[in-house]
Amino acid sequence: MPGTSVSVQHLTKRYGETVALDDISFDIARGELFGFIGPDGAGKTTLIRILTTLLLADTGTCSVEGFDVVKNYRKIRKISGYMPGKFSLYPDLTVAENLKFFATIFGTTIEENYDLVRDIYQQIEPFKNRKAGKLSGGMKQKLALSCAMIHKPEVLFLDEPTTGVDAVSRLEFWDMLKRLKASGITILVSTPYMDEAGMCDRVALMQNGRIMTISSPQQVIRNYPLSLLSVKAGDIYNLLGELREYPGVHSVYAFGQSAHVAFTGRIIERETLLGFLRDKKHESVEVEPITATIEDCFMELMNTPPPAPPQKREGSATVA
Amino acid sequence: MHTENIITVKNLVKKFGSFVANDHLTFEVKKGEIFGFLGANGAGKTTAIKILCGLSYPTSGELTVAGFDIYTQREKVKKNIGYMSQRFSLYDDLTVYENIRFYGGIYGLRKKEIDSRSHDLMARLGFESARDKLLGEIPLGWKQKLAFSVAILHHPQIVFLDEPTGGVDPITRRQFWDMIFETAHNGITVFVTTHYMDEAEYCDRVSIMVDGRIAALDTPDNLKQQYHAASMNDVFIKLARA
Repeated sequence: MPGTSVSVQHLTKRYGETVALDDISFDIARGELFGFIGPDGAGKTTLIRILTTLLLADTGTCSVEGFDVVKNYRKIRKISGYMPGKFSLYPDLTVAENLKFFATIFGTTIEENYDLVRDIYQQIEPFKNRKAGKLSGGMKQKLALSCAMIHKPEVLFLDEPTTGVDAVSRLEFWDMLKRLKASGITILVSTPYMDEAGMCDRVALMQNGRIMTISSPQQVIRNYPLSLLSVKAGDIYNLLGELREYPGVHSVYAFGQSAHVAFTGRIIERETLLGFLRDKKHESVEVEPITATIEDCFMELMNTPPPAPPQKREGSATVA
Repeated sequence: MHTENIITVKNLVKKFGSFVANDHLTFEVKKGEIFGFLGANGAGKTTAIKILCGLSYPTSGELTVAGFDIYTQREKVKKNIGYMSQRFSLYDDLTVYENIRFYGGIYGLRKKEIDSRSHDLMARLGFESARDKLLGEIPLGWKQKLAFSVAILHHPQIVFLDEPTGGVDPITRRQFWDMIFETAHNGITVFVTTHYMDEAEYCDRVSIMVDGRIAALDTPDNLKQQYHAASMNDVFIKLARA
């Protein structure tokens, strides 16, 4: 049944001078797979720690499944699963002991909810008598997810589950999340990897404690305000510099072996640009119009100053 | 363009008990190139890097780094390399300026050299205003640029970068790669690991480790052709899943 699972209103959190979260508001629907995308320092961990009732906000209100994070924190802890960014299981308990421990403290058993974790747990079951501290990174991650799920939570909070994880294990992890989502659970996941945005129903792109935009990844891309060309040439280093000099260019960023060149307003003729690059002695130049990636969108949003706070205009000040 | 070998590795084996972390690695790194050293978690990258930096002995194999033997000339190896990792490079409770001077001292630079190089470095990075700030107070992107600059303060022949761009925003990540390009352009060989596959494409050559062995080593273009892949991400996934 649809409805709001997580609601956040005007949330602010400071650490001394640093504003970790700056007046953030959003709602997450029940059953959504929602991504917080941004670099370190964006405020992702602070936000998740407030929602999991481990940290108090300075101002603002939040609720999870209708429970207030301050008044009803015990209720939230019962219905939430949480996988912190840092590996937080017991390294000197075995794989099986860790899972049993988490089932027990939530007043349930492995048998009761085994269906929920079977897919994931089966992959590490051959190592169930190994100490958790001796597992590889990928296996630790699977055990942590199993432990976060074993009490059948209604909402799952995952703080950077794929950071420092190789490209293959990252893909496998997102496959697991998609299968979990099918069981109806609400999932909030944070990540610094822009390419993971596409796996989410909706995303919040975050930077310096602010949400720069919030919508479906497809909509984020549709909202990209510029025309974009992909330019490829042998010498990427000089190519970047020369493209930045080209009249009408808004931004130039390297993407692997090509450069993404953004233009405002009028469209730059492909042929003219090709000629310009040939004059600069670039060989085997390829130019093609492309659709923005989430990373293009993120960088453009970073360059867009935040809207100025509404100013109180008391008295007779007039605006021309 | 790059012809002279700066690192040679022949049949490197490293065992921990019965576990073979590095299984007969053989490769060369050319002077002045950007060499990408990729692999899945647990494939044996860190083990190999520790050996190349003179921090751990191989079980067997022949290795030279910057022209020095890894068994008998370890201290010379260490003087001729720089090392930066995302996590362990700088001291949070020293100021920006103190960190630079500390590393200059560790690498045995004379006081005059430390004075002039730390001055240049601060000016080049535009960090003058942050000179007396504790490292813990400056943004992560600044820390990473500083850590990299400090790792090459003693003008090493090779710099090892172990996941240098983790966690930073996409613009800072690209600025960091501008610094890498410039460094390689100035003749310092760059040996870099990363989980960002677009960064693998910035390398002159890339090696991909799977289960303790080098499964592929070539230019990004050749690897993509060889594996019929559109990107290095696809190459990596094909190799690591095989």
